Amino acid sequence: MLNPLLILIRRDLRLAVRQGMDSMMALVFFVLAVVLFPFGVGPEANVLARIAAGVIWVAALLASMLALERLFQADYEDGSLELLVLAPVPMEVVVAAKIAAHWLTTGLPLMAAAPLLAVLLGMEAGGFAGLLAALALGTPSLSLIGAVGAALILGSRRGGVLLSLLILPLYIPVLIFGVAAVDAAAGGYALQPHLLVLTGLLLAALALAPWAAAAALRQAVE
Amino acid sequence: MKSYKKGPHPRARGPDIRGAGNIMHRFANPNRFMRLSQRAVPWFAALTVVLLAAGLYLALVASPADYQQGETVRIMYVHVPSAWMAMFCYSGMAAAAAVGMIWKHPLADLAAKSTAPIGACFTFLALLTGSLWGKPMWGAWWVWDARLTSVLVLFFLYLGYIALNNAFDDPARGAKASSILVLVGFVNVPIIKFSVDWWNTLHQPASIARVEGPAIHASMLWPLLVMAAGFTTYYLWVLLVRMRGEIVAGKIRALRLRQVHGL
Amino acid sequence: MDSFSSFLNMGGHGGFVWPSFGITVLVLVVLLVTSLRSLKARESTLAKLRGGATETGRGEATREA
Repeated sequence: MLNPLLILIRRDLRLAVRQGMDSMMALVFFVLAVVLFPFGVGPEANVLARIAAGVIWVAALLASMLALERLFQADYEDGSLELLVLAPVPMEVVVAAKIAAHWLTTGLPLMAAAPLLAVLLGMEAGGFAGLLAALALGTPSLSLIGAVGAALILGSRRGGVLLSLLILPLYIPVLIFGVAAVDAAAGGYALQPHLLVLTGLLLAALALAPWAAAAALRQAVE
Repeated sequence: MKSYKKGPHPRARGPDIRGAGNIMHRFANPNRFMRLSQRAVPWFAALTVVLLAAGLYLALVASPADYQQGETVRIMYVHVPSAWMAMFCYSGMAAAAAVGMIWKHPLADLAAKSTAPIGACFTFLALLTGSLWGKPMWGAWWVWDARLTSVLVLFFLYLGYIALNNAFDDPARGAKASSILVLVGFVNVPIIKFSVDWWNTLHQPASIARVEGPAIHASMLWPLLVMAAGFTTYYLWVLLVRMRGEIVAGKIRALRLRQVHGL
Repeated sequence: MDSFSSFLNMGGHGGFVWPSFGITVLVLVVLLVTSLRSLKARESTLAKLRGGATETGRGEATREA
């Protein structure tokens, strides 16, 4: 059970490294989107510090969606998805491996870049720990929820725009509690309740998303 | 069309077998629906007209103005039933999608598909009338009130469902994919509602006066209930009309496929 | 007459009350009419297809999205 999971994750990571571009693009988009905000709202330091958490989270949300469209697309087009459906490994494990690889190639780089952007926006020093903890718990949920959308749009017309319409509304709870955690940490309030809610969201997504995505993949190759 | 399926479900016959002739077979049961719905449509139409006429009279003429909100309270009689129907239609879609997925009932998929535009219209109306009610009450067209915001998210969920349903060349694919989506969305609706409520209490602007009174008076409850009943029969009426349209469209597709295959 | 104009005025909020009802009626009527018309159009297409199939054999088979 665990072995095929690791093999699949390694396969996807190797593919991602070989192609290289997708996760780099997501990262560059993330940085660029955040950097645009000072141009939009002005360079006033306290305004930027006030909105830093929201800006970083919204940008992270959009950036993690960029690579999602390709999550199953390549395997769907070259037919390996059909082989994976027929393989003795449960489809849910395949999906979990894909999601893990997606998070490792996008969520993790976003987490690494986020403190730098927080510095640029002048976030309160206390907020950094909250930001990292919230992103660590929130971005896997984004990958999980997004995988369901990525599986649903396989073989459809206008996939990319459709994907954002499907999953952005479902991202709202993660966004709300992710930002609240950072704001609480920056304002010196208790961080733990927000992190617990984010953990709850993550566990719920972990329990449901692989099944929904696997069902979507099965009907896509049927 | 490929049809690899591990351990086919015992009742998974009809819809899964594709081919020109079998599409007709798939509509064997819907033929009875066509007969029944033909008889039911005039009744729903008549009920809707009577209930909405009575409801509009009660709402605009026969009910009193609110002592606090004045005449604007009348907007409630279209706003609240629209919001109820918005949620009712989404639950109905989720139930129909579940039935369609579990029992492969072809009518259930059509019911879900036909409900979506009606639900989206009610959601749009709830938002719009809410905005028109908000302006005189709160002094702003839009307030990030927890309920308005949740309804806005619900509207996006409807749009996503409709977009996904129409995004495939094969309508059966669209039905299956959007069934999964609506079930995922249905699980998420309470979570979204909870987080928006929580977010709103965190950022509660002080100036908002709560709209709902402690207990609604009978003179206002009656118009509300009659309007809600009228909206429900309207929904059933349009639902049947749209489902009939979908079934006819399916027959057209089947006939054309048959011609292409030269059967 | 006076009561009618005060009815339209809605205590000064006529500009909010009437659009609410008007747009609601408009949206519901448009949805109903488009549903009915699309059903009618499809029914006539089906009748034509069935008639065409028996009379002229295999007519031109157009594919619709």
